[in-house]
Amino acid sequence: MNQPDYEFLRKLLRDKSGLDLSADKQYLIESRLLPLARKAGLGSISDLVQKLRDGSAVLVNQVVEAMTTNETFFFRDKVPFDHFREAVMPELLKARANRKSVRIWCAAGSTGQEPYSLAMCLREMSVALSGWRVEIIATDLSQEVLEKSKSGLYSQFEVQRGLPIQFLVKHFKQVGELWQINPDIRAMVQHRQLNLLHDFSQLGTFDVIFCRNVLIYFDQETKINIFGRLAKLMEPDGFLVLGAAETVVGLTDVFKPLAERRGLYRPTGAAPAKTSALGGLPKMVTMAGR
Amino acid sequence: MRTCLVVDDSSVVRKIARRILEEMSFEVVEAEDGERAIEICKARLPDAILLDWNMPVMDCYEFLGKLRRMPNGDQPKVVFCTTENDIDHISRALNAGANEYIMKPFDKDIVSAKFQEVGLIQAMPS
Repeated sequence: MNQPDYEFLRKLLRDKSGLDLSADKQYLIESRLLPLARKAGLGSISDLVQKLRDGSAVLVNQVVEAMTTNETFFFRDKVPFDHFREAVMPELLKARANRKSVRIWCAAGSTGQEPYSLAMCLREMSVALSGWRVEIIATDLSQEVLEKSKSGLYSQFEVQRGLPIQFLVKHFKQVGELWQINPDIRAMVQHRQLNLLHDFSQLGTFDVIFCRNVLIYFDQETKINIFGRLAKLMEPDGFLVLGAAETVVGLTDVFKPLAERRGLYRPTGAAPAKTSALGGLPKMVTMAGR
Repeated sequence: MRTCLVVDDSSVVRKIARRILEEMSFEVVEAEDGERAIEICKARLPDAILLDWNMPVMDCYEFLGKLRRMPNGDQPKVVFCTTENDIDHISRALNAGANEYIMKPFDKDIVSAKFQEVGLIQAMPS
């Protein structure tokens, strides 16, 4: 891939999705976009870039989707789900005993493994949660992955990565070669398409926000902006869960880490620096930190 | 070093399992049938057993029963690893005392995830 094409794609992805590729990610672009180029009847990445330069909106969306879709597992990294069961939910069960409701947002819900893992955890607590209103909102940039999530259909490989076998037996049915998560678990998750760069204040307030392995792709200014807007949506005693390679430390003081629970953060009540959505102002992203 | 006994009549499966388990820092012992596997367990109990469903000489249930009745025979984590991929087989294996269940074909990610699940290895952030 030549340098002008690479720079064009970098800028396009940054403007459209906030995805911040470093200068050496050509291989990533090739591995994700070559299949897409072939599907569109194009011979190379150069041909694909030419179509994009000509202004094909459909192709732009497909490119953004292909580049921002990530592999995910049930109970990915295990530890955040242990925190959820052992720390987050026990505390919320006490703190929300009167209100009897809990709202959870999976901000990078992807193909559903994370929200459904949480739903299965909550199902295990059904006695304690009897009479409670439990909401799990799964959002993602990509409509394609949301559709897969909604279907609840997974391959044999996917159900074996991280999903304890007892959960498979209990919560899935075989559908031909595939496995489908049961309707009662599917019904616990609501799906919405959402770009984290855009305003998301309409989602309401949350007790728990899982925002894992998505901020790593954003530049520093964008991360700070998103943290500020997440803090505004969070109950004062809520919990933020980040991925293993992510932190708020050195970026913002609107959240603080819980020393004894890696990856778990709580709001501090500090006022964020600036919290307007970035979606309408892509130039801000382009200029930030460069 | 922790040990894993691989019980499978297919030498190809044993070879693939050996490669994956050695990458995960397990010492691997192989058995081609249940009878040989019992002999190995009598000599020294492994930490983990990857067990095929269809075995010649002694079937998996007879093996599992004999293993669990040995002194400390409840210690090894037994992970079924088979082509029997329907829910009835899986439930039967769990009721018989299996700790986990892998459906063939499998790869390192799957073995690693299942071994984490039964506490044989620590979870590493991906």
